[in-house]
Amino acid sequence: MSAAADHPPLEEQIGQWRAYLRRRRAITGPDVAELEAHLRDQVGALIQAGLAEDEAFLIAVKRLGSLDALSREFAREHSERLWKQLVMAPDGDAAPATATRIETLVMLALAAAAAVAIKIPGLFGLELVDRNGPFYARNASLFVLPFVTAYFVWKRRMAPRHWVWLAVAFVAAAVVVNTFPFARGTTGPSYTEALCALHLPIALWLVVGIAYVGGRWFEGGGRMNFVRFSGELFIYYVLIALGGGVLTAFTIMMFEAIGIKAEWMAQQWLIPCGAMGAVIVGSWLVEAKQSVIENMAPVLTRLFTPLFTIVLLVFLATMAWTRRPIDIQRNVLIAFDLLLVVVVGLVLYAASARDPEAPPNLFDRLQLLLIVSALVVDTVALFAIASRISEFGFTPNRVAALGENLILLVNLAWSAWLYAAFLRGRGAFRALEAWQTAYLPVYATWAALVVVLFPPLFRYV
Amino acid sequence: MDLGKDLVAASATPLVLAILAEGESYGYAIIKRVGELSKGHLQWTDGMLYPVLHRLERHGLVASRWRSSEAGRRRKYYRLTKEGRTELEAERKRWQTVDATLNRIWMRACPA
Repeated sequence: MSAAADHPPLEEQIGQWRAYLRRRRAITGPDVAELEAHLRDQVGALIQAGLAEDEAFLIAVKRLGSLDALSREFAREHSERLWKQLVMAPDGDAAPATATRIETLVMLALAAAAAVAIKIPGLFGLELVDRNGPFYARNASLFVLPFVTAYFVWKRRMAPRHWVWLAVAFVAAAVVVNTFPFARGTTGPSYTEALCALHLPIALWLVVGIAYVGGRWFEGGGRMNFVRFSGELFIYYVLIALGGGVLTAFTIMMFEAIGIKAEWMAQQWLIPCGAMGAVIVGSWLVEAKQSVIENMAPVLTRLFTPLFTIVLLVFLATMAWTRRPIDIQRNVLIAFDLLLVVVVGLVLYAASARDPEAPPNLFDRLQLLLIVSALVVDTVALFAIASRISEFGFTPNRVAALGENLILLVNLAWSAWLYAAFLRGRGAFRALEAWQTAYLPVYATWAALVVVLFPPLFRYV
Repeated sequence: MDLGKDLVAASATPLVLAILAEGESYGYAIIKRVGELSKGHLQWTDGMLYPVLHRLERHGLVASRWRSSEAGRRRKYYRLTKEGRTELEAERKRWQTVDATLNRIWMRACPA
């Protein structure tokens, strides 16, 4: 009986074989069950013929054929399985059907709540019309981000003593942006009010991030996963928005055909409620499909890194050749800020998809070239602006834009340094990844400072 | 005797259809029946039968259902459909044509 003790019992062997088979994309659950029934029949017959259990198992597995050849045959017959389907089917026994259904219900409830939330101010005399534009601009993120946070608090089963701080952050944000006595101009929101509206979502996105990682911000790869999530959510949201645009156009067109004006319906209900609910639905889709669908953000990064590098290099060469100075317009600083945001995004999403252990390759060199050319372009622009900043004066917009430029510049400069060290074999790629993820709170902190400090500093103009 | 991959693959469809014409059956039993009928000369890699069965099902020649055996083991049983029966008849004609053609030349080419 000692032989039996040396080898794992039959059931365990079959279990391992089944788990191994399940990892093949072309072979699905029912196929595995069918093949397993075959295996068991074969093993049973061989044991009856006088073989020991483990011998019978080995022969039966061998007769089924090599798994590579087998899954190739299955793939040929079921090519549709290699296309990941966006359906609500659970993956094997990893996610029981009831849990998936409950999650879908929670998601739908939260999406509906966000859609209702944007209509609630309307009940108190703040309809969604142009004259209330500043109110909705300031509060836009507060109508939806608490529900995204709630979804992750629920999903990650955060303890109340942890998530209560996230709730406090939202309440504090709501109080701050709605009690500041912003100057009332005749033309829309005041400068600091517009800055608030722009920066509040960035600051609050960190709150969503803390919920996303279940409160364990500093553990494991949570922060990088949040970066991945943000990128995918953005892509899903754009896709949903495109679909929503088509739906809106059809709604208006069809009611037009029977002589009914439906614009108000689209403007008051379809677009605002859809825009809010879509954030929740998008978050849920990214969560549910993270293992099913190939991540798109890194693919776009791969595509656009070379193109942006070429554009920047051509721009630098043209500027050097023609000796044209940068024309300092009002919005030139914002334009260069956006350039740096794009470059930081490209670096971040390239890092998010890269295997940190892999040796340097051509794409890494390209990334470094991209960063360095962006740094040179931005430095040239900064010098041009600095020489004339006294003429312009320090308006809130300019200080905010300058601050953002410096924050992004520091990020990229140190990234370039780390990339260079990595390419020369003096450092690990993980250092760059760690730098990028450690830097995330800096953006949120700066955004929070702009929201909280700028209005009083600049007298709410 | 080595029959070669192509011949084995080509004969799989008529063989499976013919075995299912005898009655509803499942993968392992089909393989065993092939072994009996060919006296062991037709050696299939067991797993390869299943993509064949799935293809026949996709073309509507066979239909399947999950059923528990008397011993309580759940198996996927396949049976011939009406289209399958028609196809089997067509296959039989094709193979008989090939067989008859070859037979006419065998006697002259290699009279053994």
